[in-house]
Amino acid sequence: MKLLEYQAKQRFAAAGIAVPPGRLARSPEEAAAAARELGRLAVKAQVPIGGRGKAGGIAVVDTPEEAHREAARILAMDIRGYPVRSVWCETGLEIAAELYLGITLDRDRRRLVMIFSASGGMEIEQVAVEAPERIAKLWPDPFSGPLPFEVRRLAFAGLAHAPHVGGQAAKLVNALVTTATRLYTVATALDALTCEINPLVLTPEGSLVAADGKLEIDENAHFRHADVAAELARDEMGDDGRTGDDPFEAEARRRGLTYVHLDGDVGCIGNGAGLTMNTLDLVKQHGGDPANFLDIGGGASAERVRNALEMVLLDPKVRGVFINVFGGITRGDEVARGIIAARDQLHITKPLVVRMTGTMEEEGRRLLQEAGIVPGKNATDAAAAIVALTREPAP
Amino acid sequence: MSVLVDRDSRVLIQGMTGREGSFHTAQMRAFGTNVVAGVSPGKGGTNQDGVPIFDTVADAVAATDADVSGIFVPPAFAADAIMESAVAGVALTVCITEGIPVLDMIRAREVVQRYGQRLLGANCPGIVTPEQCKVGIIPNHINRPGPVGIVGRSGTLTYEVIQGLGEAGLGQTTSVGIGGDPVMGLSFSDVLALFAADADTRAVVLIGEIGGSDEESAAAWIRETGFDKPVVAFISGRTAPPGKRMGHAGAIISGNTGTAQSKVQALAAAGAAIADTIEDVVRLTADGLPPRYR
Repeated sequence: MKLLEYQAKQRFAAAGIAVPPGRLARSPEEAAAAARELGRLAVKAQVPIGGRGKAGGIAVVDTPEEAHREAARILAMDIRGYPVRSVWCETGLEIAAELYLGITLDRDRRRLVMIFSASGGMEIEQVAVEAPERIAKLWPDPFSGPLPFEVRRLAFAGLAHAPHVGGQAAKLVNALVTTATRLYTVATALDALTCEINPLVLTPEGSLVAADGKLEIDENAHFRHADVAAELARDEMGDDGRTGDDPFEAEARRRGLTYVHLDGDVGCIGNGAGLTMNTLDLVKQHGGDPANFLDIGGGASAERVRNALEMVLLDPKVRGVFINVFGGITRGDEVARGIIAARDQLHITKPLVVRMTGTMEEEGRRLLQEAGIVPGKNATDAAAAIVALTREPAP
Repeated sequence: MSVLVDRDSRVLIQGMTGREGSFHTAQMRAFGTNVVAGVSPGKGGTNQDGVPIFDTVADAVAATDADVSGIFVPPAFAADAIMESAVAGVALTVCITEGIPVLDMIRAREVVQRYGQRLLGANCPGIVTPEQCKVGIIPNHINRPGPVGIVGRSGTLTYEVIQGLGEAGLGQTTSVGIGGDPVMGLSFSDVLALFAADADTRAVVLIGEIGGSDEESAAAWIRETGFDKPVVAFISGRTAPPGKRMGHAGAIISGNTGTAQSKVQALAAAGAAIADTIEDVVRLTADGLPPRYR
């Protein structure tokens, strides 16, 4: 669940982090009104994806007329598949320096990491490659959070290689301790796995202001943040309602299926994430192109198989489907009956290849064979079979 | 021999009276696991199929000397269950639950570590030492004793490997699922270190997948320690696009980290044999074993 810039900034402001005054506008008229009220403005597209500046989604305007014109232009845009539904109009900042402050998950350390750099305004990954000495990191204790002395050390380390702001280090460090501590509070309160201010602007007066905001909430923690989900849904910008999202993935979410849409033409269904990934890999190894990833999870019930098959076949590019199920304690004959019933109910005429194991798997294979569905002896043979079947010219 | 669990393991199940917990407890007992206690707050003093239920893990440990816990509680409560187990002195906690918030897992893992205990998972299929002890949800009938140690992130793919090896007459010392979450307890290299110390483990199959860099860390560990048992590595997700979560919360390529290619390269450079299919895993494992095991 990704928040939009203005939603992230609302959370930052509530935690006491300074943000520029701004107004949300859903129409050129609202943008013009914001300009009349606030004066010189940055008009910024609200989309849950980076790179909007390069795409032309940000404009600086001096007058209400300009605000109207630029907002109209930006609101008509589609940025990397995301239609712009609103713009955030905020007052411009006097900039002495652009810094970076972010919190994200460090999988190797199995902790959150707080990252500070005096080289803000560009992608932190790029700084990490080009000037790694300019990046300072802190892995706070998950129970105490970052302690002031730790943040000071982080700040001094990040400023050590930044002569352009180094002169103000003493003053800046105290402001950074406050901002970083507050940002950590926001991140942990919201279960954010990405919580970033880039750039964090240092003004000529020496204060720190969040000029941008990125917040992404852990999918596993959505149950604790129903309010945020509701807000995103209301905005029609959330993961569930936004247009511009892959329509097949949106449909799969509605059906409660774990599905990733890909570019190929061989539908793939498996149980378990690793097994399903391997199913795609096998199709590719045999010269096919997977159309999707669909994990039906443990316990392959007939209804789940039907739902999954229907989902995969919604994609008109799909020429055939490979179902790869490790039965475990499931009975192979039951899985086979489920698949046959699904095929008959859904009137599927495209080739299906099923590879399954489990108790009664011989009986399952016989049932499939009789119903005209190709049973694979093992996953490798089954992958070869579906690729061969989907390579044949369409009748 | 084996790693982590054996016939002397005394197992308690947190969430034993729930739907998943009760079904899999029955399966574990049918396997021969010595399940000595269940924990369900509020149901202490009752029993389920003759296994006594306690309100707290501390009570269960005091009464039964349980030293392994299997967790089947819902995601919102699972991290708390992990910490309760570790603090009560349970040496190994195996968390099956999928969908635990990452920040909860960071804290739970920290507590387990501070108390000097071990955690498997979460979001893992558990652990099996054939004919001795199973904690988790790995199907009973596929396991047979033998010289191969298995460690994997994915459940079903681990089952596939166990079954594939079994069909070729190759059994396991212990099969260990470390789980598919981004923050987990024991890592690949932690489990490799256990296999290194187990004389009966003559070869190891490592089942990795995209996301994170635990496979790369395992490769570095193999090189640094001179781990001399044959390793067969099987990495899934070669066709996965960047930025998409492939089922497991941890199976995502972020930027340039976590690609299958990087993992395959690192493991190959560390001397592991790379398998593309289950059939390859079986063949390469047989090739790596001393002749008397084939």
